[in-house]
Amino acid sequence: MHIKRTKDFSAGLIFMFFGIASAVISGSYQIGTSAKMGPGYFPFALGGVLTLLGLVISLRSLSRGEGTRKARSFRAKPLVLVLSSVVLFGLLLRPLGLVLSTVILIIVSSLASDEFKKKEAILNAFVLLAIVLIVFVYFLKFQIPVWPSFLTGRI
Amino acid sequence: MELLSNLALGFQTAVSPLNLLYCFLGVLIGTLIGVLPGIGPVQTIAILLPATFALPPVTALIMLAGIYYGAQYGGSTTSILVNVPGEASAVVTCMDGYQMALQGRAGAALTIAALGSFIAGCFATLLLAVLAIPLSEVAFKFGPAEYFSLMVFGLIGSIVFASGSVMKAVGMVVLGLTLGMVGTDVTSGIHRFSFGIPELADGIGFVPLAMGLFGISEIIKSLERREKREVLKSKLMGFWMSKKEVKAAAPAVVRGTLTGSLLGILPGGGVILASFISYMLEKKISRDPESFGKGNIQGVASPESANNAASQTCFVPLLTLGIPSNVILAMMAGAMIIHGIQPGPRVISSNPSLFWGVIVSMWVGNLMLVILNLPLIGIWVKLLSVPYRLLYPAILLFCCIGIYSVNNNTFDIGLTAFFGLLGYVFAKLECEPAPLILGFVLGPMMEENLRRGMLLSRGDPSIFFTRPLSLLFLLMALAMLIVIALPGIRRKREDAFHEEGEKK
Repeated sequence: MHIKRTKDFSAGLIFMFFGIASAVISGSYQIGTSAKMGPGYFPFALGGVLTLLGLVISLRSLSRGEGTRKARSFRAKPLVLVLSSVVLFGLLLRPLGLVLSTVILIIVSSLASDEFKKKEAILNAFVLLAIVLIVFVYFLKFQIPVWPSFLTGRI
Repeated sequence: MELLSNLALGFQTAVSPLNLLYCFLGVLIGTLIGVLPGIGPVQTIAILLPATFALPPVTALIMLAGIYYGAQYGGSTTSILVNVPGEASAVVTCMDGYQMALQGRAGAALTIAALGSFIAGCFATLLLAVLAIPLSEVAFKFGPAEYFSLMVFGLIGSIVFASGSVMKAVGMVVLGLTLGMVGTDVTSGIHRFSFGIPELADGIGFVPLAMGLFGISEIIKSLERREKREVLKSKLMGFWMSKKEVKAAAPAVVRGTLTGSLLGILPGGGVILASFISYMLEKKISRDPESFGKGNIQGVASPESANNAASQTCFVPLLTLGIPSNVILAMMAGAMIIHGIQPGPRVISSNPSLFWGVIVSMWVGNLMLVILNLPLIGIWVKLLSVPYRLLYPAILLFCCIGIYSVNNNTFDIGLTAFFGLLGYVFAKLECEPAPLILGFVLGPMMEENLRRGMLLSRGDPSIFFTRPLSLLFLLMALAMLIVIALPGIRRKREDAFHEEGEKK
């Protein structure tokens, strides 16, 4: 199957997925009448439109054979590492505190680069940690747990 | 003379020491992130939004606006010196700016970019001040039907100016509207699409959505590309333009300013389009179109003036009608709401010092930018040599801390990662995220106005077609749709964006 076609096809599928989900879920809310719309009315309509759009985009991609754009390379490494560094930060911030989660975020996300150097990444982590502590904790006084909760005894 | 007293009030507000300081900080940060490729005003405003909570609203808005137009200045520096656009709106500047730099005229190119931007900024500020009151008076006559139709017009506008397939852009708008439905329904109080997650009861946060779709996915894409940057090594001799260059550039600045001001006001328009169209215009009316792309100073002067003018006039629809016309203005609207100010026609009357203060601060900020930028170019060049591998972890970190501090919850960080993934997938599928964000911001407002309008008309949808202003907006939206559907224009539009895309 042609690249351009699969691109439009998948985009259509995603729209259909969100559209159907929206329509089905808002079907469980009160729809109401057009004069007195319930909470389900507008989202249900949007879901319907989105599903239709997705369907048209997908179907059109099948019938049209044109389009010569090359596929861009897909590499899993940056995607997985960048996303997991963010998720890890979110999961660890409360239990481990800002200091440890910052270091973990920087090291994990640095691994995503092709030019990763261990020493440099560690140094970067500590420089940024200092900046974060000075700017956000000391000056801007953000309410953020700094140290691990098992040390401070707070949750 | 009301205008003068208003401007005087604004001046008083804008030059208070605190506001001057934050205006300066805003334009400085704006220039900085404008210079750095890979981080733009959208991410920066998202990151710094929580940091402005402690400030008075006017100070916060002055700073955020400064980041926005400051970024337009900084973006051109990178385009001229490195041939990489520091900002999406500076793509066009690469064409002639870098060529000028290769010919040893980098100084002149930077000077005209700064001066052109300054002149454009002054004009746009004045235009904003003149247009604001009459427009907001019109806005008071708006009923729900007018608001609804105007939003339809704005959303269609964002589709016209998005690159790629029209159908997919429509899909992104509708998806954005749908995502805007998440959270508590104002009328009935029930939680919609919250899946029992308490954090979703207030809806999807604007910051996680914008940061994920633009910030995180942009970083992943850049890491995939492994691009290399080479800073121009030649010396930046001669900041002054020759007489011939001044003569060529001056009318181009005027044309760019006018084009940019006009396109900035249109919903869905904004800076990228302004710089692009003004470049095309310049090439079209030039006696020597061949010289474009080979270091013609007009090719720098006009788009640089245009993008700066547009970055300021696009505040007009937000401040007078309450409708953001592009992504960054949507962020500004979010910022205003967080600070307890509902964007719209009431801002001028209820918060005159805020309104005029922000407008005058734009002029002050532009002045600062000229003074700031010319001597600091050396530092910006050095900054460009900071490798991306050190930069992006820092961006990620500031993103995460910023998101956490909006609501003090870690759920939003996970949500950001999710939207980062979604943004990445959409980028791969050539779906532009900007229409989605606009739909997301306008979604709840649209629903509310639709409900109210239909309630008033007792369920008769003809209310949208019988009220003249509402009909006008719908007809204009229809006209725009027809125009992009015409095959000739469609091809041109694709070419235009294609060229732009390749330069990136």
